[in-house]
Amino acid sequence: MHLHKYEKYWLGLGIIGLIAFLLILGFGAFYLGTHPQSHGELIDPENLEMNEAFHEENLGLTKVDEGRYVLNVVASAFNYNLGTDESGAPISHIEIPAGSKVLVQATSPDVVHGLNFAGTNINMMVEPGYVSALEVQLDNPGEYTLVCNEYCGVGHHMMFGTMEVVE
Amino acid sequence: METATAPAKQSNVFRNKGTMELRLSKNERRLVMSYMYVAFISLFIGGLMGLLQVLVRSGNFELPWGINYYTILTVHGVILGLVLTTFFIIGFQNALMGKTVGYSKKQLNWAWIGFAVMTIGMIIAAITILVGKANVLYTFYAPLQAHPAFYIGITLVVVGSWINAFVNFRQFYMWKKKHPDEKSPLLAFMVVINMLMWLIATLGVATAMLVQFIPWSLGYKNTINVLLSRTLFWYFGHPLVYFWLLPAYMAWYAIIPKIIGGKIFSDTLARFSFILFLFFSIPVGLHHQLTEPGLDSTWKFIQVILTFMVVIPSLMTAFSMFATFEITGRKKGYGGLFGWLKHLPWSDVRFLAPFIGMLAFIPGGAGGIVNASYQINTLVHNTIWVTGHFHLTAATTVVLTFFGIAYWLIPHLTGRKLTKSVNRLGIIQTILWTVGMLIMSISMHIQGLIGGPRRSAYSDYGGTAQATEWGAYQMAQAVGGTILFIAIVLMVYIFVKMIFFSPKGEEEFPIAQEEDNAEPTPRWTENWKLWIAITLVLILFAYTVPIMDVIQNAPPGSAPFDWPIGNS
Repeated sequence: MHLHKYEKYWLGLGIIGLIAFLLILGFGAFYLGTHPQSHGELIDPENLEMNEAFHEENLGLTKVDEGRYVLNVVASAFNYNLGTDESGAPISHIEIPAGSKVLVQATSPDVVHGLNFAGTNINMMVEPGYVSALEVQLDNPGEYTLVCNEYCGVGHHMMFGTMEVVE
Repeated sequence: METATAPAKQSNVFRNKGTMELRLSKNERRLVMSYMYVAFISLFIGGLMGLLQVLVRSGNFELPWGINYYTILTVHGVILGLVLTTFFIIGFQNALMGKTVGYSKKQLNWAWIGFAVMTIGMIIAAITILVGKANVLYTFYAPLQAHPAFYIGITLVVVGSWINAFVNFRQFYMWKKKHPDEKSPLLAFMVVINMLMWLIATLGVATAMLVQFIPWSLGYKNTINVLLSRTLFWYFGHPLVYFWLLPAYMAWYAIIPKIIGGKIFSDTLARFSFILFLFFSIPVGLHHQLTEPGLDSTWKFIQVILTFMVVIPSLMTAFSMFATFEITGRKKGYGGLFGWLKHLPWSDVRFLAPFIGMLAFIPGGAGGIVNASYQINTLVHNTIWVTGHFHLTAATTVVLTFFGIAYWLIPHLTGRKLTKSVNRLGIIQTILWTVGMLIMSISMHIQGLIGGPRRSAYSDYGGTAQATEWGAYQMAQAVGGTILFIAIVLMVYIFVKMIFFSPKGEEEFPIAQEEDNAEPTPRWTENWKLWIAITLVLILFAYTVPIMDVIQNAPPGSAPFDWPIGNS
C-alpha cells in the first residue's frame, strides 16, 4: 500500500503521540497506583449484614486513625444510608478535615446506583452483589454534593447528600 | 534474455478501477424510502422528547398529565440511538448496495422481510415504552425490570437487521462470484465491513436478551447476573457507535469527493481504515465500565489500549479528507497554502452539512480520548460531560452527515430535484443545528467537569452551591436544545418538501471515482477470512478472561425490581 510522504509523517507523529499517551496512562496506573474503582468483593444483596462494614451501626463516617476515615454507604432506591446521629435521625451531611484519607465502601441491596461526590475523585458505580471501594485523599476544603449519577429509577434525582471538607 | 510472464500467475493487485453504477429499481427505491420514513418520524419524536428534557431540566417546566421524565428520556435514547440510526443506516446502505452490486428479486424480498421484522419490533418496543412500562433507558439497567414486550421488541429489531446483513453479504458474494478478478465496489466493501461488525457486536445484546432478560422478565428465571448483562451490553454498546460512524465515513470517503468535483484519495487506504475499524471497534467495551466493581483493573487497562487503536484509522480518515480537498482545489487552479479552501462548495448543503460534521469530530474525538483514559475517566464518568460528548459525535458528526446524504438521496429516490430553495433551507438548518449544538454541548461539557450528573430529572440536590451552579448550565442547555428542536422541525419540513413538493427530475446519486492513474488496489484487502479471524481473536483475547471471571465469581443473582421504574 502506497502512503503519501506527508501521510507517513502524519501517521508517524500520531502513533508516537499515541504511544507516549498510553505510556503516561500506564505510568499513572501501575507506577503511581491510580486506578479507577475496581473492587471485586462479593456480597449477597439480600443479606448485606454478612459484611461487617454494612452493619447498621457501622454505616456513615468513622475515624479509624489520625487523618484516616472510613465511609460506609448503603445506596438504595432512592436514598443513601450514611447512618444515624445520636438522636437516631438519618445523616445526610458529613464533615471531614482537609488532608484526610477516606476509604469509601458502598453497596446496594436493590438496583444499580452511582456514587459521586461531585468535584472530588470519589466517583464509582455501585452494583448489587459487589462492594465498591475506593480510597482518596481530600485536600481541598469546600462543600461537595453527593449525587447518584447512575440511573436507578423514577426517584433517581432525589438521591443526594453533602460532604464538607473543613480546614 | 527475456522471460515471458506466466499467464496463469495471478497478479497481487486488482486491475479494475472505479465502480460501475447501476440504476435503482422502483422497488429498491421504495424499500430505501420506507427506512427513511421511519428514520425521519423518529427524528421528530425523539427531538420533541429532547426538547421536553431540556425544558424540565431548566427547572421552569413540569411535564403535563403525570408523564414521567424518565419515560421521555427512554424514548429519546431508544428512538434516536437505536431507531433513527439503525433505520437510516440500513436504508442508506441498501441504496449503496443497490447502486453498486444490485439486488436479485429474491434478495429484495428478503430485504423487505428484514424491514418488516425491524419495524414490528420497533413498534412493540415503542408502545411498551410509551405506556410507561419500560423506563429502563436504552442501556436496560438490570435488575430494573421492564415489561417483557420491551425486550422482545428490541430483539426483533436486531433480528430484522441480521436478515438485512445476510442479504447484503449474499449480494456481495454473488457479485464477487460473477466478477472473480475484480475488486469489489468500494462502497459495497464498506457496507459489508459495517454489517459484519454489527453482526458480531449484536451477538452480545442478543445473548443478553435471549439468555438473560427475556426468560427473567417472563418469570422463567428468578434472578439475573447484573454484571454479566452489563458486560454483554457494552460488548455491543461501543461497536454500536462505530456502526453509526462508519456510514458517515462511507459518505466522506466515497461520496463527498464527487460532490466537490474531485476523486477518491486512495481506494486502498479507505479499505484499510475500514478493516482497522472492524478489528478495534469490538474488543473495547470495558472502557464504558471503568468504574464498575467486579471487573479486573488489568483487563480494563488492556481494553483501554485496544480502544486507542482506533486513533490510527481516524487519523488516516482525517488525512484523506483534507488531502482530497486540497488536491481538488489545486487542480482547479487555487494556489497558496490555504487558497484551495476557497474552491470548496460552501453554499452546497450536500457538502456543508457533512463538513461541519467533520469539524465537530475534532473536539468530539478529543473528548472521547478523555473518556477512555482509564483513570481520567473517573473525573467525567456519568457526568453530563459524556452526554455533551456524544451530542458532538453522534448528534453532530453522524447526524449532520446523514442530513447531508438525505438532501440528495431522498430526491433521487422520489424522482425529484434538490431545488435552490431547499438547498437554502438546508443551509439555514445546518447553521441552526450548529449553533444550537454548540450552546448545548459546551454547557454540558462544562457542567460535567464541575460534577453535574447525567440521566437526571431536575433537582436542586438539597440546595447546595454546586447544584445552583449546575442550574445555570441547564438553562443554557434549554436554550441550545430549543434551537435544536427548531432545526429538527425545519428538517422534517425539508424532508416532506423533498418527497411531495419538489419539481420532478433526476437528482444525481454522487459516487466518486478513482484517479485514472491511481495505484491499483492490492488483493489482500479482500482476504475476508483473515479479517474475520483477526477480529474474533482480538475479541476472544479481550473478553474471555473478564467474562469467565464475571460468571465464575458471580454474587447471588438479583431478583427483578419493577417498582423503582413504576412498572409494578
